[in-house]
Amino acid sequence: MQTITTLQAVYNSLEHVMDPEIPVLSVLELGMITDVKVDIEGVHIKMIPTFAACPAVDIIKENIKNAVERDLQMPAFVMVDKEVNWNSNRLTSAAKEKLRDFGIAPPARHEGEVSVDLLIKTTCPHCGSENTYLRSPFGSTLCRALHFCRQCGMMFEQFKPLS
Amino acid sequence: MQLQQAIQELITKMADDELVIGHRNSEWTGLGPVMEEDIAFSSMAQDKIGHAWALYRILHESFGGSDPDQFAFLRNAQDFRCCHFVEMPIGSYEFSLMRHFLFDHAETVRYQSLSGSSFTALQHLAGKVKGELKYHTLHADAWVIQLCTAGADSRQRMQSALDNCFQLAGGIFEPGEGEDLLIAEHIYPGEAALYQQWLNNISPVIEKAGLILPALTAPVYGGRKGQHTQYLQQLLEEMGEVFRLDPEATW
Repeated sequence: MQTITTLQAVYNSLEHVMDPEIPVLSVLELGMITDVKVDIEGVHIKMIPTFAACPAVDIIKENIKNAVERDLQMPAFVMVDKEVNWNSNRLTSAAKEKLRDFGIAPPARHEGEVSVDLLIKTTCPHCGSENTYLRSPFGSTLCRALHFCRQCGMMFEQFKPLS
Repeated sequence: MQLQQAIQELITKMADDELVIGHRNSEWTGLGPVMEEDIAFSSMAQDKIGHAWALYRILHESFGGSDPDQFAFLRNAQDFRCCHFVEMPIGSYEFSLMRHFLFDHAETVRYQSLSGSSFTALQHLAGKVKGELKYHTLHADAWVIQLCTAGADSRQRMQSALDNCFQLAGGIFEPGEGEDLLIAEHIYPGEAALYQQWLNNISPVIEKAGLILPALTAPVYGGRKGQHTQYLQQLLEEMGEVFRLDPEATW
């Protein structure tokens, strides 16, 4: 019972650890947490980066450690999970909603492989139009692509689908 | 050659290719012909250097190799195993674009095959990298087709770029010494098989772009044996300049 309570407290704490590049999403909503265990040494958390070359990984690990140690008053150990790869289907639906509100088009769900169509058919997060085109598959961070909306004349970013 | 050594050589040549092309890509930062290209080459540089780091880390963790940063920044040119293709200066935009197209399709084929490797660490990394590479080939294909169909001068420049790149690109697939062992142990299918698959993958784009694929008559080998162009040592000196000021510094 004690362990279950502690686990819940860890997850509560993780809800408040935000991604440094997309500050409206927590590491849980991004699907970055793969395992949480509590034992006599403390809390052991496994996490995965979205893109292999994500420069924010060390900061995120540090933020997770600090938040959990502060909230639970016990040592926390954060490591990168080498068994699991991140893919964009790991984003929760609440996360996709928040992304849209933040002005970033969420990735469409993929069936194991990302097709070009999945990237091109992107709804504008500002006006909801589907009359958009892909301007560049690279944006301001590794996880974003650049699109343009012909309807409202706005550039917008998309969180890229990744298989 | 022992299997362990053959695997390390495979990883080293892949990682060195990634690191050096990553550095070359980064040389477009601030110089891209349009802002989106500036961002694209800079983003791809970040991806490549990240992939190189992940590969060096496998050498470090699975084979007791040196620290990834030290391995990347403190070796001399003759200890590198990259192909000559990635060493060449960025040149004109069409040269860099054509190199990116040919190189990223080659990488895609390589990681695709490694996603079924019997060596778990590579197999796992390949699963991640091949998804990310989709964006690199998507970018390359789109621009190659767009520029090749944008008028006679543009098409001619792209054809010259392809002619200039092709023998160099053949060097990506330079056979290695321990290859038979790697094939027998299902680590990867070997360079000849990758080369064939690469041709299959680039041909539809080449055709759509209206380009003529040259014959691979004299692939530029030597990089996998530590023989390099004059450009590599210059690149390494620039890339490692700050690191060597204080190799023990924490960043």
